[in-house]
Amino acid sequence: MAEYEHLEDEFGNADSSRRNFLKQSSALAALALTPVAASAAIDNGLDEKMAAAFEQMPLQVDINGTMRKLSIEPRVTLLDLLREQLHLTGTKKGCDHGQCGACTVHVDGQRVNACLTLAMTTEGCKVTTIEGLGTLDQMHPMQEAFIKHDGFQCGYCTPGQIMSAVACIREGHANNPDEVREYMSGNICRCGAYANIVDAIMDVKQGGVRV
Amino acid sequence: MTKDLKNPPIDRVDGRMKVTGGAQYFADFELPNMAYCVIVGSEIGRGNIASIDTKKAQGAPGVLGVFTHQNMPPIPGWDAPVGGEADGPAPKPDTIEKYRILSSPKILFDGQPIAMVVANSFERATYAASLVKATYTKQTARTDLEKHLAEGIAPGRPGSSDYLRGKADGYQSAPVTLEANYTIPVEVHNPMELHGILAHWTGTDSLMIYAKTQGVNATQDAMAQAFKIDPKKIHVHTEFMGGGFGMGLRTWPQETAVVAIARKIGRPLKLVMTRDQMFTLVGHRPYTVQTINMGADSNGKLIGIAHAATAETASYEDFTEATVNMTKFMYECPNVSTRYRIVRLDRSVPIWMRGPGEATGAFALESAMDEMAHKLNLDPIEFRLRNYTETDPEHNRPYSSKNLKEAYQRGAEAIGWNKRKNEPASQRDGDWLIGYGMSTGTFNAFRWEASARALLNADGSLTIQSAVTDIGPGTGTALTMIAHNVLGVPLNRIKVAYGDTSLPKAPTQGGSAIVSAVGSAVYDACTKIKKQLVDLAVKDGGQLAGRQADELMMADGMLSIEKEPGKKVALSDLMRTNNLTVIDKSADSKGGPELGKYSMYSFSVHFVQVRVNPLTGVVRVSKAVSVADSGRIISPKTAASQMIGGVAGGIGMALTEEAIIDHRFGRFVNNNLADYHVAVHADVPAIETIMIDKPDPIINPMGAKGMGEIALIGFAGAVANAVFNATGQRVRDLPITPDKLLRAV
Repeated sequence: MAEYEHLEDEFGNADSSRRNFLKQSSALAALALTPVAASAAIDNGLDEKMAAAFEQMPLQVDINGTMRKLSIEPRVTLLDLLREQLHLTGTKKGCDHGQCGACTVHVDGQRVNACLTLAMTTEGCKVTTIEGLGTLDQMHPMQEAFIKHDGFQCGYCTPGQIMSAVACIREGHANNPDEVREYMSGNICRCGAYANIVDAIMDVKQGGVRV
Repeated sequence: MTKDLKNPPIDRVDGRMKVTGGAQYFADFELPNMAYCVIVGSEIGRGNIASIDTKKAQGAPGVLGVFTHQNMPPIPGWDAPVGGEADGPAPKPDTIEKYRILSSPKILFDGQPIAMVVANSFERATYAASLVKATYTKQTARTDLEKHLAEGIAPGRPGSSDYLRGKADGYQSAPVTLEANYTIPVEVHNPMELHGILAHWTGTDSLMIYAKTQGVNATQDAMAQAFKIDPKKIHVHTEFMGGGFGMGLRTWPQETAVVAIARKIGRPLKLVMTRDQMFTLVGHRPYTVQTINMGADSNGKLIGIAHAATAETASYEDFTEATVNMTKFMYECPNVSTRYRIVRLDRSVPIWMRGPGEATGAFALESAMDEMAHKLNLDPIEFRLRNYTETDPEHNRPYSSKNLKEAYQRGAEAIGWNKRKNEPASQRDGDWLIGYGMSTGTFNAFRWEASARALLNADGSLTIQSAVTDIGPGTGTALTMIAHNVLGVPLNRIKVAYGDTSLPKAPTQGGSAIVSAVGSAVYDACTKIKKQLVDLAVKDGGQLAGRQADELMMADGMLSIEKEPGKKVALSDLMRTNNLTVIDKSADSKGGPELGKYSMYSFSVHFVQVRVNPLTGVVRVSKAVSVADSGRIISPKTAASQMIGGVAGGIGMALTEEAIIDHRFGRFVNNNLADYHVAVHADVPAIETIMIDKPDPIINPMGAKGMGEIALIGFAGAVANAVFNATGQRVRDLPITPDKLLRAV
């Protein structure tokens, strides 16, 4: 813990003493919010369990080029951290079980399912989300290609498809349409835009732009 | 007038928002002091909650409330009908039990919510939900349709009554006959976006809802009814929806419950369901068993068809769909009878899933047509052409338009139908058997009432407004093209606002009807603007004074004389000289009585080539061609995407999709995306789409008919027929998994 003792997270919480912080801040906040529930918990001797559940851990992670100093519960997934705490809602939740790919982001350049990644495991890593790949004014070539080939309909799986597609090319797994189909099969598109997505990826790959 | 030219392909108007992550779906909104809701589902399929212990959950950190049948806040409109029931309200059967979420200890289906846990973070709500413990008195859950087929009841809705043309058993006397049973398992919509709702009471009787709904007006009405408040005080927003495929066609009980709980706790409340809850709480395509009897003469003329279907529904609601309808009008045949029954089981209620009942029915009818063609030793297309009908035999009236013959021909050319051999199992490529199959699809073309507003601004830009949602087909893009075609405003100067109840009322997005309905309203509103502009230009002292209205054309933001290219005025100049800052026109649009003289349908033809491995039983769709005959295509690029989407959905329906219930427990065993197999990239080949693109002269001013449903309807039949052609094995129960093919061998 020592190395974090003087960190102040983005929510303004000093973490010099975890236990004190818990007792003075979160626990009191909880008491203020739900006095009945919290008192009942204390009556039942659950205060220590409660404190444990409230446990916050410091996390430093580079997200889209900005170093973030955070204090989070260790059970928070990278996906929920991005969406619920950092307002980066471009990354989507489709299953929370690593079965659909809608939450695909890059961690140190590798595509990962953010829903299967505990945020704490990204300590010191570089995380790139769809918001960090390109912007409305300056889109990444893959984003342009998805528009050109209409590689989506409802758009919900699209951020994950695009993050996966960029990684697919970087990995060297986009040498022909069949290979793309194989290496993109972790990203489900229920609207069924697959044929257009493959066209978009092949277009970027053959265009030779460095992604 | 219908524009005579084909429309150019344009990029999706909301594409940039979608590819950059800027598009906000309901769960992406964040409100101050927002709380999170997690649902706890029942662990039995039928019975009663004997006890429920919420003490530990109540005491868990951050918990704001645990709501069960013992403390659920009342919903004043609970007993009013829930919006969106099929084909109008069901007749009030006193025998049917009610499902009112968290209102009693009674359990009607597995996974039924028994508690809703609210906390100040998602993680805390999820943890606390795990602490809720219930005990039950169990009863046997009746969930297996196959075991209860005899309990089928006639639903008692006009659209579902038995149909007869000629003799019911007319097929029996035919020289060539077929009797076959076809089965469709439970399929689940599974849009990528999880269902849920974000509810915020902005005042005692006013409400802001971020919803996952295919109709914001429908959600507004349902909530107004449930909470007995003025619909005008309910604001519903669904600009982006991560797929629906039918599951958003109604307001689900848990949505209403979240709104009630949000009021109770006095905080905005967000529910994002889990993927397994998507299998039980937001509908499914019902398990359906069908029998087709068919008879034809030796020349391949149909003599009789009898089509019977029995589908599951819930114990608490009669869900119906148009499973047998296609059989009534698709082919010329003197003796046709249809029969549709439902069986009330201990299951959650189904809801229309893309194509809905017509997709289920088309699998049976078009498989049977293929089986008959084989018995008659006829090419399947030839057999269909021998029974082709230019008028609707069900209603004895003309089709508004039908170009199905051209669709057969163009699709056949594109797939290379001439390479097909009528003899099954006669083509190989190395270890793989090759087969070709085709199937027809059709779906009603509707023209519903809709409203829209168009505002031409002084700078020459145009704003279009409609409450309609765009769940993915490209509604906004199509509306942009329609406005562009009427007013000639450049595409990049048109902005469409949609998916919000503050905008002019629109129907729920469904039934492939939105371009026809809302598109017509946009057309009408823009036409009103056009008339005003023309009047201003040709009046005395106007820039085109003395000219006739029919000499004028609108293009590139200009009003010009068609035959004198130099003679023109910019719309912005015309407005400035008349001191207008905006021309603001609204239109309520609906079809006229002349529509009743026609049968209006879209048609599709699907062709596939499959490769089947005889050792493993694996089927791969190696080539697909889908042809749409759906009138004038408004937005060719997004229309093609709808068609390829139908192919992907159809591949899943044909080969992999099946929600399996363990009937001992009445519970799904594969309620997740790893075990319920929707088609993935590797399952879907390159696809060719063909648009007939001929305007329908009757249905609406654009000549456009819908295509969302026909993209899927029939596809599974085409695959089954191709598998037969490849292997000689007929699989009549979907999905066509390797075990079924190997068992047949």
